[in-house]
Amino acid sequence: MTVPISGKPVPVPTPETQPFWDGCAAGELRIQRCAECGKPYFDPRPVCPDCGSADVEWFTATGRATLYSYVINHRPAPGFEDGGPYAIAVVQLAEGPRMMTNLVGVPNTPEDLVLDMPLRVTFERRGDVYLPMFTPAPGGAGP
Amino acid sequence: MSRGSGAIIAGAAETDQVGKLPGYSGLALHVEAAVNAVRDAGLRLRDIDGIATVSSPGPTQIAHALGITPRWIDGTGVGGTSFLLHVRHAAAAIRAGYAQTVLVTHGQSGRSRIGEAPFRLPPSSPTGQFEVPYGTFGPTTTFTITALRYMKEFGLTESQLAYVAVAQRRWAAKNPRAAYRDPITVEDVLASRLIAYPFHLLECCLVTDGGGALVITSADRAGDFPKPAVHVLGTGEAAEAPMISQLADFTESRAFRLAGQAAFAEAGIGVADVGHLMIYDAFAHVPIYGLEALGFVAKGEAGAFIADGNTEPGGRLPLNTNGGGLSYTHTGMYGMFAITEAVRQVRGEAAAQVESPDISVVLGNGGSFATAGVLVLGRQPR
Repeated sequence: MTVPISGKPVPVPTPETQPFWDGCAAGELRIQRCAECGKPYFDPRPVCPDCGSADVEWFTATGRATLYSYVINHRPAPGFEDGGPYAIAVVQLAEGPRMMTNLVGVPNTPEDLVLDMPLRVTFERRGDVYLPMFTPAPGGAGP
Repeated sequence: MSRGSGAIIAGAAETDQVGKLPGYSGLALHVEAAVNAVRDAGLRLRDIDGIATVSSPGPTQIAHALGITPRWIDGTGVGGTSFLLHVRHAAAAIRAGYAQTVLVTHGQSGRSRIGEAPFRLPPSSPTGQFEVPYGTFGPTTTFTITALRYMKEFGLTESQLAYVAVAQRRWAAKNPRAAYRDPITVEDVLASRLIAYPFHLLECCLVTDGGGALVITSADRAGDFPKPAVHVLGTGEAAEAPMISQLADFTESRAFRLAGQAAFAEAGIGVADVGHLMIYDAFAHVPIYGLEALGFVAKGEAGAFIADGNTEPGGRLPLNTNGGGLSYTHTGMYGMFAITEAVRQVRGEAAAQVESPDISVVLGNGGSFATAGVLVLGRQPR
């Protein structure tokens, strides 16, 4: 695993998160759900945050989501200096859990980024991993 | 048994100066604040038998620097609210007999970064895997991310958000130690440069150097000190999510609410009893979330409540009377300064002294809505 000294930060998987990153590399958004109570959840953990069961499983989410909230950052983080102000977003997956992401294929402006707009997942390579990003899904592909 | 935590704040002080202090390390700021607080209590360092401070530089380092031999130690480090939790833990330790006189210290070279550890999250941590790769860059990009959702759900306007900074500047104008004292308008706030839309520069806290410290002991010693005792009537602490993306609901803070409920219940008070309020204000939306979480207004009403003048000088609920993190000072872990201002108000020695605050409430935040602490402080025991 190489971590660049400069450039955008690259996540380093841990054993309990590896299936998520393996899914991303395969073009699938794999998250967990509880086999006992059925509740899907993110971020990856070995125990259901809802009922405490250790009987949890991975499944492939639809990749559909809606835009829950965001900021447009004008003070770029290291590695993000080149593209101008960029949105840091939190999306709500069709299955319920939320995750942070960036929004691609759309101008990152308040006019173009409307809360609750439908989105779908896409994957972007960074270092040795693929990061889930989200892009508008016209035609109401949201949940 | 009477209500309350059984503890008092017998001494409270800040560093001689706050602001830009390149001549001090973070450790030196701890030490100066500690010496000032112990002196404020009319004690000597050898009277201290318990020490509490955040995990870096840590209680062992601070005790060593001060020549204290503690028999009780707390290194709770959960961000800017840690010092409120230290007061709560100290009260419990004093009740249990583990310590009699606890020193709580804060010092941070947040602006000059003298002697401070670099802030770096491992890329294998949950935050390093699931937030940092998306270009987060400190609290300006995380703490703020809830606001647009709140604005959509409750119709909070950009002007109302900006007014939080305007109201607090009116308090700062009365505080000679405040970093920014010149009056500002909503237009000034909205014309300041965008930091992270929808937040402008003047809606974000300062970054400064400074410190503060408290001496906590048992309430049965209330008459033994040069300054009026400030009774710790109620305390609460709570945690929600370490990553802002995993908060249950972006329109409220569960940790704020739970910590507040615990503190109000221990003190046996309601919102109508509160004459003065401090709410951690790293960003302009945080007092809005705090007012609602503590029950001073209904959900969705805090923006209008502030914009109507209720929290500024002359208003019925004085809030952040030192000018807050937005205008007074913000070293990075601001909670100590919220406590020291509440102590000054209850004692009647604040720069912008409000009328008869028999009870002051302090709400502290750690991380980005990750952790919360609440203290109910009073002039009299209950």
